[in-house]
Amino acid sequence: MTVLTMPAQPGQDHALRPLPWRRMAWVTWRQHRATIITLPAILGAVSVFLLIAGLKIHHDYAVLTACHPFQSNACQQLNSNFNQTDWTIGNTLLILMNLAPALLGAFAGAPVLARELETGTFRYAWTQGYGRERWTIAKLTLLAVVIVAVTAAFSQLFTWFFRPFLAQESLNVLSATVFATRGVVFAAWTLAAFTIGAFCGMLLRRIVPAMAITLGVYLGFALLTWGFLRKYYVPSVVSSGAALGNGPITPQDPWVLSHWFVGSTQWVRYIPVSRFWPMQLIEGGWLLVLSALLIAATVWLVRRRAA
Amino acid sequence: MNIIDTDGLGKRYGDTWALRGCTLALPAGHLAALVGPNGAGKTTLMNMTAGLAVPTAGTVTVLGGQPAGSAAALDGIAFVAQDAPVYKNLSVADMLHLTGNLNRSFDRDFARARLAELGIGLKKKSGKLSGGQQAQLALTLALARRPRLLILDEPLAALDPLARQDFLATVMTAMADDGVSVLLSSHALADLDRVADYLVVLAGGEVRLAGETDDLLACHRVLTGPAAEADAYAGEFQVVQDRRGRAQAHLLVRTPEPEAGLGRPGWEAHQIGLEELVLAYLRAPGATARPLVLHTEPTEVAR
Repeated sequence: MTVLTMPAQPGQDHALRPLPWRRMAWVTWRQHRATIITLPAILGAVSVFLLIAGLKIHHDYAVLTACHPFQSNACQQLNSNFNQTDWTIGNTLLILMNLAPALLGAFAGAPVLARELETGTFRYAWTQGYGRERWTIAKLTLLAVVIVAVTAAFSQLFTWFFRPFLAQESLNVLSATVFATRGVVFAAWTLAAFTIGAFCGMLLRRIVPAMAITLGVYLGFALLTWGFLRKYYVPSVVSSGAALGNGPITPQDPWVLSHWFVGSTQWVRYIPVSRFWPMQLIEGGWLLVLSALLIAATVWLVRRRAA
Repeated sequence: MNIIDTDGLGKRYGDTWALRGCTLALPAGHLAALVGPNGAGKTTLMNMTAGLAVPTAGTVTVLGGQPAGSAAALDGIAFVAQDAPVYKNLSVADMLHLTGNLNRSFDRDFARARLAELGIGLKKKSGKLSGGQQAQLALTLALARRPRLLILDEPLAALDPLARQDFLATVMTAMADDGVSVLLSSHALADLDRVADYLVVLAGGEVRLAGETDDLLACHRVLTGPAAEADAYAGEFQVVQDRRGRAQAHLLVRTPEPEAGLGRPGWEAHQIGLEELVLAYLRAPGATARPLVLHTEPTEVAR
């Protein structure tokens, strides 16, 4: 290996080593304390609620499943109670869980850069010695890591909380609203929403329009994924099994994509629930790639942005 | 060493040129005033020099040949943009810490001492400071970086007369102590008349006048004499401004190299004030006065 030594050129660029990344940690922490504290605080408070309500719901569910015979009045009463009281809480939280990434993208993602542009502070930030590209990369990455860590942990708690409802409310882990709240996908969607927000903020340079567009774009991605994309992650199975569609649906039942009759035989196209993890990893993977691309695009916008 | 060099520098927004054909060589060690009406291109020139905006045409280098916006340029230039942007939700102490973290060198002791002198409490939120205090905070943060070039965009506009004086005093002290070069823009020259020793006049996106103030004043005279003879007389000189009454004519001319030929029977030659000179160049339609850019021989400035 040959080592080339260059004569030192005084006052040249190479003498300036980039400022260490850790300096941006303090900057990011101080400037986005609201996000970094509020997000875990809100999720922490909800977690306490999830724990308390979850313990009760798990208890109710245990009592309900132990109740025998199921057709008895007492058991029916328990069943009806569970479906009303407990499911109201469960359903509300499920809806909130599905909205959470979008809200986080709009409220935490969109203002990150839009606020700098709207208030003119980018003229301060981008003329410091740190350099605007590294400033953007450091800020977005650090916030993304915090968001992913917090939301990943939270979605595991929610997964435990929600388990009793799967059987009881005819849902399975591939049901659109359930799939998005567990595994790696919840954190991935939140990350994507955050990067969509940051990108829109940089593009539109105004907080409020950026928030609105972020919600719209996120919703577009989510609906597209639910409606058209997710069913193609893994090959679906086609069979003429008559076992499907009869009797109560259990969490072990597959995600039925379509069914039709040929003569008197029912044909079904479905995805078994055992495909949950491959599908989670595929969706998490492409959302991660999308997020990385959005961060890169945001840095590119910052680089070429004229004052 | 030239602290700023521009060559044919231009910036176009949409299809209007905010600045075009700007060629300057600003030597180090000056307090240069960048003067011109609103929309003259002052902020555009400063943004490109600070590396915030990318030129559409031409080049700009700083600190003796560093490309604007490069790491070395960012390191050596402190820029205080118009309205002195600071994070309004951060305390003064946080602003110090923030600026310290974002730069290679930051003189915390200097910053603290200066803020104490100004009576700006460290615990106060930046947004709660008065306009003058915010400007002083932004200036303190900039100076504590120990820059070689300080760029101040309309720093005086929002300040009352007392605050203006304080602000300029701080700048002058830094120049004396650290040898920092300063480029300061203003739409009113009156504030800078006594402190600026270099002048750049912009109008309509073009440089009208540039040079050391002493040199600029030395090479202009107002000639006053009978209006009847004015046409003949004016033909001999380059006339910047031609004002004629019924009896008398006032010609602002560039003096020829040997100052001969100025004295003519019935005519008087007067020196002109800086403010008058600037106004004359701003008023002059492009045709009568070609832009004047006096290049100073670069001199080594002790740092």
